[in-house]
Amino acid sequence: MRREISLKKGLDLNLKGSIDKSDTTPVAVGRVAVVPDDFQGFVPKLDVKEGDEVTQGQSLMHDKNAEAVKLASPVAGVVKAIVRGDRRKIMRVEIDACREKNGTTTFEVNPDSAESIKAALMESGLWALMRQRPYDIVPNVAKQPRDIFVTAFDSAPLAPDLSLYVKGKEKEIEAGTKALKMLTPGNVYISVRKGEDIKVPQQATEVLVSGPHPSGNAGVQAANIAPVDKGDTVWTLDIVTLARIGDLMLNRTVDWNVTVAVTGPEVYEPRYVSTVAGAEIAPLLEGNVKSDDRHHRIISGNVLTGITTSGDGFIHYPYRQITVIAEGDDVDEFMGWASMSPNKMSVSRSFPSWFMRKKSFAPDARINGGRRAMIMSGEYDKVLPMDILPEYLIKAAIARDIDKMEQLGIYEIAPEDMALCEYVDPSKIEIQKIIRDALDYMRKELDD
Amino acid sequence: MLKKYLDRMKPHFEPGGKLHAFHSVFDGLETFLYTPETTSKSGVHIHDSLDSKRVMIIVVLALLPCLLFGMYNTGYQNLLGSGATEFPFWSIMAYGFLAILPRIIVTYVVGLGIEFAVAQWRGEEIQEGFLVTGILIPLICPIETPVWMLAVATAFSVIFVKEVFGGTGYNIFNVALVTRAVLFFGYPAQMSGDHAFIATKPILGLGGTVTYADGISGATPLGQIATANGGDFVIHNIIGQPISDWDAFLGLIPGSFGETSTLCILIGAAILLFTGIASWRIMASVVVGGLFMGFIANTFATPTYPASYLTPLQQLLYGGFAFAAVFMATDPVTAARTGLGKYIYGFMVGVIAVIIRTYNNGYPEGAMLAVLLMNALAPLIDYCVVQTNISRRMRRLKAKTEQAS
Repeated sequence: MRREISLKKGLDLNLKGSIDKSDTTPVAVGRVAVVPDDFQGFVPKLDVKEGDEVTQGQSLMHDKNAEAVKLASPVAGVVKAIVRGDRRKIMRVEIDACREKNGTTTFEVNPDSAESIKAALMESGLWALMRQRPYDIVPNVAKQPRDIFVTAFDSAPLAPDLSLYVKGKEKEIEAGTKALKMLTPGNVYISVRKGEDIKVPQQATEVLVSGPHPSGNAGVQAANIAPVDKGDTVWTLDIVTLARIGDLMLNRTVDWNVTVAVTGPEVYEPRYVSTVAGAEIAPLLEGNVKSDDRHHRIISGNVLTGITTSGDGFIHYPYRQITVIAEGDDVDEFMGWASMSPNKMSVSRSFPSWFMRKKSFAPDARINGGRRAMIMSGEYDKVLPMDILPEYLIKAAIARDIDKMEQLGIYEIAPEDMALCEYVDPSKIEIQKIIRDALDYMRKELDD
Repeated sequence: MLKKYLDRMKPHFEPGGKLHAFHSVFDGLETFLYTPETTSKSGVHIHDSLDSKRVMIIVVLALLPCLLFGMYNTGYQNLLGSGATEFPFWSIMAYGFLAILPRIIVTYVVGLGIEFAVAQWRGEEIQEGFLVTGILIPLICPIETPVWMLAVATAFSVIFVKEVFGGTGYNIFNVALVTRAVLFFGYPAQMSGDHAFIATKPILGLGGTVTYADGISGATPLGQIATANGGDFVIHNIIGQPISDWDAFLGLIPGSFGETSTLCILIGAAILLFTGIASWRIMASVVVGGLFMGFIANTFATPTYPASYLTPLQQLLYGGFAFAAVFMATDPVTAARTGLGKYIYGFMVGVIAVIIRTYNNGYPEGAMLAVLLMNALAPLIDYCVVQTNISRRMRRLKAKTEQAS
């Protein structure tokens, strides 16, 4: 089966620091970290203590509410530190990789039994890599998904080309699709960017997607294929995770190696490096960040949804990308609001950059203005390719009006889908945070 | 250097400093002069360069042609009325400048003063909304409006139309238009009729004294039409010469300060539309609404309502219609905010403006009331549009549950 969707709304941001060649530089693995906060909805309980030796794939934490769901260690080594924050909250578990101990955990799985597949996914840590709508959380083990949506491309600014990740993994993708198909009575949709060469297995429904970012977000694709209604549950994941699931089905192990795209305007030589999930960022960037006396912001992920790593310095799930931009807190700009500089990045035609469609920019992290009430109207609609009225949804979210949020489609949305709304907003409202908080609030109130 | 000075002054305005009571003013000035160094703390790491300061400044920029032409027209009308035969450009401009300057200063001082005080009281940053309002108010009032009235009306509407609702971005009604409405209903004698629209006295030796000859009035074209008796009438200017549509397009007619020249308003419209700051949906549908209703009125023209003899095009050229379409109806805060809602809102503004000016001889101009009325109805229009989105979702859900059962 094959479908095609063409998304008109959205925005591709042209940033400096894109990768133009696909060869990968290997980087030795030192320390890695698993951060439970990257897995929304997962309440961590430790399975290891400091000093424990772990094998690759061994469980580090399990979910307090669903004990079978685990977070696995991506390397074999020694638990070096368990970092806690306020009220002893677990911030991350750090592991030192040891090359001599390269034990790998193998998992039992019967690819013909849904129960066995589920158990293996949870035990291996792959379950936690998927997301559930509503709420954009790690899937609830008690709920059967109506459909499963797999995205085969990442449309975010400077994002890595996912087709490199799945080259030669047709077998794994097929096995993964077969396994997921066992878990849903509905369809497994795999969305491929139109024009890209990724083979979609028979069991799945192929969807050809064209259009600017956020067309690569699984949730946006879902909203345009079969929207999530109240009471529905769907899963979203990307094709790299799908290949890992297939690997588990075929080889009984999980491959935690990952290729990371090092990008951004403050990087000398944008390139791919190969390492493992959760690796420390400093070795990946060594000697590659511009020494131009500017403050830098190192982002694990892309500039729209990524996480600032000033706090810890590890790659956060689900990102396979590092973006380095200038922080910008050291710039004194006289009357910036009146600027006609061609280096100002904007969707507004009041800046000359609008005439330079091909130009790429090096923006910094300044919010370029002050926080205001919503003044301009219709700005968000231009970058959200879903049948949703973003302004009203945001207002309902701020007002914590559960009925209104339901009616306006909160179940269909994840914060990442509205990242571009936040980027274009002249009132500089923290939209993703508002949506995240509203989703958490709803889940708590509805006890879901 | 300026930056160093600001940095040196800053500690005085921080909590505990001796000038902390004025920190909003200081912050306002600092962010006006220098782009804030605040960087994003959550969500996206980069933000678009457009901010509300730039939005407001572009609107002010778009208003400049109207402001400059208003100066010229004020001087010109004064010279014309006082019987001059020569019209030297610079002295006309100087006269107009001197005539409008106190009005602009007073509205800004009163309005910004209240904004600063409220921002300080609420502990917020000063917002730039009044930058636009403060220039709009003198532009939409007759030049002879006493300055103290402007001050009273501005204070009233800034406090009761904007601040009590929460400040910029929260108001229901257009602040500038409410100011004009307060003047219009509070001081009708000074705000309309024959003598409000032309500056009559010399200022600093410039200009002349206007004396109204018998049977000749300084009323606006729409004012003359509203008081006309019977079918044939000719719109004339202050010295009794007829006014053509071309004069009305250029704006050399009596009227409120900045809204006479359709040409300058079109320049402003081009700036707003090109930069995307104003909604083309609203602007276009106001014009369509005006033409539509103008056509109906003209088709059924009757001597009872002399304004119905105006052609649809004349409806757009005369009075404040064009100004309202471009600068008033498009205020994003008080207009409809949904895509479809904007079409309905704009169309209704156009229709109602023409209905009021045509079928109510007591109000020669209906644009102001039409926009204010639709400001009140905009949330209702949006509610209906949002409801269609909601019911689409609910229908989908219902179809699904029926299928399941």
